[in-house]
Amino acid sequence: MWIDLVFWAGFAGLLWVNRSRPVFWPLLALGLLLLFNRFTTPGFFDLEIRDGRLYGSLVDVINQGSKVMLLALGMTLVIATGGVDLSVGAIMAIAGAVLAQVVGVAHLSVTVAIVAALAAGLLAGAWNGLLVAGLRIQPIVATLILMVAGRGIAQLITDGQIINFEQPALVFLGNGSLFGLPFTLTLVLAMFIFTALLVRGTALGLFIEAVGDNETASHFTGLSAQRVKFLVYVFAGFCAGLAGLVAASNIKSADANHAGLYLELDAILAVVVGGTALTGGRFQLAGSLVGALLIQTLSTTLYARNVSADIAPVPKAIVILAVCLLQSPVLRGKIARLGRFLPKTKGGAA
Amino acid sequence: MKKLRLSPQTIPMVASVAVLIVLYVGGCLAFDNFGSLRVLINLFGDNAFLGVAAIGITFVILSGGIDLSVGAVVALTSILIAGLIGHGLHPLAAIAVSLAFGAAFGALMGTLIQVFELPPFLVTLGGMFLARGLGFVVHPESLSIDHPFYGDFVSQTLSLPVTRKLSIPFTAVCLVAVVIGATMLARWSRFGRNVRAIGSSEASARLMGVPIARTKILVYTLAGALSALGGVVATFYMQSGNPASFVGLELDAIAAAVIGGTLLRGGVGFIPGTLVGVLILGVIQTLIIFQGTLNSWWTRIAVGGLLFVFILLQQLITRRKK
Amino acid sequence: MSEPILSCRGLTKRFPGVVALDGVDFFARPGEVHALMGENGAGKSTLIKALTGVHPRDAGEAVLAGKSIHPRSPREAEAAGISTVYQEVNLIPDLSVAENICLGRQETTLGFIRWGAIRERASAALARLGVAVDVDKTLSDCSIAIQQLVAIARATDISARVLILDEPTSSLDDSEVEELFTVVRRLRDEGWAIIFVSHFLDQVYALADRITVLRNGKLVGEFLAAELPRLQLVAHMMGRSINEVEALQHREPPARPAGEPLVSVRGFGRRASVRPLDLEVRRGEVLGLAGLLGSGRTEVARLLFGLDRADSGEMHVEGKPAAMRSPQASLRARFALTPEDRKSQAILPNLTVRENLIIALQARRGIWRKIPRQEQDRLVSQFTRALGIKTSSPEQLIRNLSGGNQQKVILARWLATEPRLLLLDEPTRGIDVGAQADIERLLAKLRDEGLAIIFICADTAELARNSQRIAVMRDRAKVAELTGADLNEQAIMRAIAHGDASHPSS
Repeated sequence: MWIDLVFWAGFAGLLWVNRSRPVFWPLLALGLLLLFNRFTTPGFFDLEIRDGRLYGSLVDVINQGSKVMLLALGMTLVIATGGVDLSVGAIMAIAGAVLAQVVGVAHLSVTVAIVAALAAGLLAGAWNGLLVAGLRIQPIVATLILMVAGRGIAQLITDGQIINFEQPALVFLGNGSLFGLPFTLTLVLAMFIFTALLVRGTALGLFIEAVGDNETASHFTGLSAQRVKFLVYVFAGFCAGLAGLVAASNIKSADANHAGLYLELDAILAVVVGGTALTGGRFQLAGSLVGALLIQTLSTTLYARNVSADIAPVPKAIVILAVCLLQSPVLRGKIARLGRFLPKTKGGAA
Repeated sequence: MKKLRLSPQTIPMVASVAVLIVLYVGGCLAFDNFGSLRVLINLFGDNAFLGVAAIGITFVILSGGIDLSVGAVVALTSILIAGLIGHGLHPLAAIAVSLAFGAAFGALMGTLIQVFELPPFLVTLGGMFLARGLGFVVHPESLSIDHPFYGDFVSQTLSLPVTRKLSIPFTAVCLVAVVIGATMLARWSRFGRNVRAIGSSEASARLMGVPIARTKILVYTLAGALSALGGVVATFYMQSGNPASFVGLELDAIAAAVIGGTLLRGGVGFIPGTLVGVLILGVIQTLIIFQGTLNSWWTRIAVGGLLFVFILLQQLITRRKK
Repeated sequence: MSEPILSCRGLTKRFPGVVALDGVDFFARPGEVHALMGENGAGKSTLIKALTGVHPRDAGEAVLAGKSIHPRSPREAEAAGISTVYQEVNLIPDLSVAENICLGRQETTLGFIRWGAIRERASAALARLGVAVDVDKTLSDCSIAIQQLVAIARATDISARVLILDEPTSSLDDSEVEELFTVVRRLRDEGWAIIFVSHFLDQVYALADRITVLRNGKLVGEFLAAELPRLQLVAHMMGRSINEVEALQHREPPARPAGEPLVSVRGFGRRASVRPLDLEVRRGEVLGLAGLLGSGRTEVARLLFGLDRADSGEMHVEGKPAAMRSPQASLRARFALTPEDRKSQAILPNLTVRENLIIALQARRGIWRKIPRQEQDRLVSQFTRALGIKTSSPEQLIRNLSGGNQQKVILARWLATEPRLLLLDEPTRGIDVGAQADIERLLAKLRDEGLAIIFICADTAELARNSQRIAVMRDRAKVAELTGADLNEQAIMRAIAHGDASHPSS
């Protein structure tokens, strides 16, 4: 009972602290969804400790949502420059394939495998960056190429086999727990802090927002928009590689056909729900994480209520269309004319 | 008719025809039965649903948009038809309902895109999830169609006999008919020309008096209807419906359109080119099957590679002009 | 003199906060080319847009061939009999010439387009103009000049009577302009009423029978071209009314400083942009660039800053050969440019004042060496004070600031990089008088501190007031350089009108 109280008080406090930040709206939506579950979905908030680790729907949300959260970090930066990366799901498959091949077939060490898988992600990101920044191909088109070919490359690496692995360190990555909480949570938080430092500890975040906000003016200012764009695609590739590691670890094998399938779309959705506009400019890293959690909570809710996983896309589609409409300048104009009582969100840093 | 000339617009088209010929002739030289009539006929029959859906997406790309919902709508239509027939509806009625549904679905997406100025990418992404989920609502798994109309009429009566043992399946006939109809629509109707004009320069088209809103909504309606028709053809081919099928079909469809010479920025493209693109995908698949030792994933890599080459070609042409 | 076919009286168009067109009368007569002239904000394009239905008028009347017209779209204007050819060719690049001429009005049989009829009709329309083009050619494969003629063929294919040519020559070379003029004269002789908008004085005098001048949304007058001396035209366009700014104390600019030029260029130019020219500017000197809109003054700044690459001539910085290949290179060489179009080329609207201010300095330092927040805050407070930037907070979004304050932030952005050469392209356009005075004072201060400044300004009085030397641009070429006693409005206008300062009369 007291845990319940602490949780809701904490959530309310979180909302209050962020009341004038853009992250408020996705956070509020997440809170409402959780509240709905608190009263109507039996057992959703049940947590139990077995073998020193937590189990329950909330833990599942974090564990299952970790891949989209990792992808969303990279996708946020890409979208902030006014681009999009459709290939991250396929890059996950490639990274997973490299990982499994290196430990399962080549029998090299776990460290080598992880480094190789992340390097594959970086390389794939660099390819996208080269097409977008170097050859100036429209981002949807440029990343479509790897989206189409990526799974084929992953299968080529594993020779079409599903390679299983048992190395404890690799299994721990996606299934282990640290201080009773899933290790993926630690991983996501670490990556979030790293990303925040990367963009706010350097001028990269400012440059990304400048390029996304007004590319012409950025050019006139002496900024190299192409270098910034290249970097964000490389970073998105790295995030996808990491997510690929988690996905492979979850099932202790590399499945080139299904690893990360459609996750690029979830990641884009998480970013948009989190308050970063598809047109680029200001980005919300924390918002994207909340967006990813919101999407995962929605899926877990449906699952907990015994709705078939196959039908889950329907509510997701409704969320997409609702978010689209809320971001529509046409609809916003109409709403703005109706009244100006909505609180203004300030463009703060993520 | 227009004289044949190698203008920048026709280079990708000529290139894709050349690729098709090289692949096909190469296959004939390398493998004994590759050049047989049966293989050729199956090339059309097996890829008919992809071809029909790809032609719908070609119109959308010509108008400067994109439609990601194609694969999901094809799957939804297939299960909708199977479900309706299972409930005792006559197949023709079920097909009519499905086509109307597909058109309405496309019209809805087109309206959201046009009226609320939403990005086609996101709206059709929503459409994809919606159609995928709805398919499972209709029926959660594969459902076979057991009706004399399908068993005898479509499979036997409607197929065109070529020799005693060989006949052209009705799916191939559908594909060819759609290609001819769509080519005429694109070339000889005002709608077809308006679609191109909008894709090439929407601002100019507006000043020149092209009805923008009507044309754009109609394009998505047409694509929805053609995706549904693709689903219909798929039920002819599989004699069943499956809500989980055709995942990623939209990627193949987009790839076929691009390889067939349609520029992803809109305004330039040829309907027969998309057929060529579909056939290239089919020939690659057939080649890999004939080869035997190569695995199926080489198809995806080859398609991705071709896509890259053609996008690069498009980029070079567009840049040379500037 | 024939009766006008199009008569407009008291045309008025208001936009929020500004009267763009204020009771203007305008007449177009058959068999005449009527030039419409004016500087920025004069109301030319608003008048054209009111006639073509892009911005329906708020008041006044337009009568075409005896009938009052109220077009609400270009399409309706076309149906009423007014066709327009725009500066940026508004045709479909990926369609054929024939189709571009007939799009939207194709003949069909049973819904099928009759391509034969379309080709014949297009060929006929082009033949009427005396233009030979293959109608099957894709439009984007044709030169801009041909595209312009195709646009005219489309406009004249319908039975309209009035043809508006909105800056049709701005991207054509000399021989192409001549080809276009032949066609226009032919149409005029067939009885078309032609409205010709252009910034090029020579072209206006070569083509126009009549000239209407607008300024600040008001009609200055309608003149017969043959009876209007060039100098008079330029004076009308520039408006020699008393400007509020002239109330400012007139400061005598100091003499030209001694020393080597900081930047000098010889034979510096770019095809279809700027004819080769020589320029030099020293430290502690303001070089004014005068010229009408479209004269090439902005293009010179773009070339010097590396936004466009020069294809002829050479540049020396402090006596050493240099080449500005990109804005990045200019940034490293400590050049700075505040562009003409603040909204699309300078401000990052959704970023804060602080971020907008430090971005150029940060761009020079690169991605990894972030300016510490303390230093950012120090720079912001230093420049907000020095330039008198009025903002509620440094964290305010720049789009919420007034135009004058935005411009000061952009200036501060570049001053923070401690530039050697400052290129100011119309820094006082669209800002209030107070901010304008602030910027002029700042200009003098920076000059005295030893900056080399190139100052582009449409207002000749402002230019004469603030420059030590003035280079005059006309029709994309430098035509004169004024110093000393010639630094006055009359001399600038004479140079713009005739090409040199000493020309005594019209």
